[in-house]
Amino acid sequence: MPSNVQAQVEKKLYLNRYRVDAGRPHIKIKDANVCATRCTAQQCVVCCPAGCWSRESGRVSLITDGCLECGTCRIICDEFHNVDWDYPRGGFGILYKFG
Amino acid sequence: MSEKFDVIVVGAGPAGNAAAYTLAKAGINVLQIERGEYPGSKNVQGAILYADALERLIPDFRDSAPLERHIIEQRMWVLDEDSYIGGHYRSAEFARPPHNRYTIIRARFDKWFSDQVQKAGALLLCETTVKALLRDVQGKVIGVEVDREDGRIYADAVILADGANSLVATRAGLRQDIRAETAALAVKEVIFLPKETVDARFNLSGQEGAVIEMLGSISQGMVGTGFLYTNKDSISIGIGCMLSDLKRQHLAPVELLERMKAHPAIAPLIAGGEPREYAAHLIPEGGYDALPQLYGEGWMLVGDSAGFVNAVHREGSNLAMTSGQMAAETLIELLREKRPATAANLARYRARLDASFVMKDLKKYRRLPETLDRQRQFINDYPALLNQAAHTMLRVDGMDKRHKEKEIFNAFRERRSLLGLLGDAYHLWRATR
Repeated sequence: MPSNVQAQVEKKLYLNRYRVDAGRPHIKIKDANVCATRCTAQQCVVCCPAGCWSRESGRVSLITDGCLECGTCRIICDEFHNVDWDYPRGGFGILYKFG
Repeated sequence: MSEKFDVIVVGAGPAGNAAAYTLAKAGINVLQIERGEYPGSKNVQGAILYADALERLIPDFRDSAPLERHIIEQRMWVLDEDSYIGGHYRSAEFARPPHNRYTIIRARFDKWFSDQVQKAGALLLCETTVKALLRDVQGKVIGVEVDREDGRIYADAVILADGANSLVATRAGLRQDIRAETAALAVKEVIFLPKETVDARFNLSGQEGAVIEMLGSISQGMVGTGFLYTNKDSISIGIGCMLSDLKRQHLAPVELLERMKAHPAIAPLIAGGEPREYAAHLIPEGGYDALPQLYGEGWMLVGDSAGFVNAVHREGSNLAMTSGQMAAETLIELLREKRPATAANLARYRARLDASFVMKDLKKYRRLPETLDRQRQFINDYPALLNQAAHTMLRVDGMDKRHKEKEIFNAFRERRSLLGLLGDAYHLWRATR
């Protein structure tokens, strides 16, 4: 994701309320090598509305703190099914004020 | 927590609340489980509330529900880069009570709805995520496992109202996961403005509201639609596109939203506003042909987890409430007859749905998702052609009107050909008849 888009997302996420479950990310990459070597599209990096996924020197990394819990990353990873997606523990994650 | 209930409802959105409310009102011992801190904290919608579905549950809801504005004007815009063409329907009839549609803010509304459910006698357990379904040796669903210590809770039947992703049903193998081809991602912002400013910009007064539904260049060639809804002192603005298109397009959802907000027809409506929240949510838009099995041994799917969305008319929460109510009524009937919640008996839920607007509307538009996916001209060509036609006809530049008509017709024929135009008319008729 280009840095200006990343900045746009971050500005928006700053408006939101979260209770982050520190140290217990609810989404995980099953096998990082699959993203790095087999997946050429790496669409999660573009399609995640919260910009949780980023690409650094060919590898994909994930930080779930700003996750909006929409499910997009799981659904679009339909070639390699490499996303281990769960809801956060009860009470954690995004807390919409308006929704 | 090794307890037994008559019914467990998973989720406290419109479908889950409608189900739990109906059950509790009938004196049934119902437990509702919600993963959010409070009902609504995980829920996202435009949002428009259609009064009819809620009125059937709570006839006097208007006395206490947190409603933003009643809608007196609906605008439909087809946009090109610089312009829009469209229709507006505004009626004084819509301003007279009882009002037919309202804008709402879901976090507030869901909290209120949940209060009514609890007052009716249901037990609500928040901050609790259902991890799995419990089954007996025959495979009948007999309860749920939650993320709390000793988290097995039993019931005679489980209603799954756990939303678009419906992880619980998917993991239990009751349904396939949603696919990129049948799901839309919607991103949305709530932008605050003084009430007087909203009133002035949309020609409203009191509690009157206006909504705009949009399609065309804002979706950047993808199958998708945008919306702008007036709340009391804020505007909800968002855009949704099919995930399969978004995958191909290399466009970040946030950029899609920002480009839409910058459209010359939209920017002045939200100018000076203060964004206070950014949200994203999946919408199951596969329609009738993407519906999963809706019930089985001891379980039923309702609302988004069943895929009950009428994408054409932007309806979902009303289908959710009606399906939740029907699932509950089915169980109430079976409990009174002292029959178990077997798949054979729960077939009555499907029969109720089939006889209602829920299935009738989904059936009517069953071909539309496929038509829009394959016939890209409806997204890529017609919005521009319609806008150009208006531009040509309305611009006074010395050219006579017969020439202008010819120019417009030629533009259509060049882009679509004569046979193409006929074919398009047929496709559209077939997809919506």
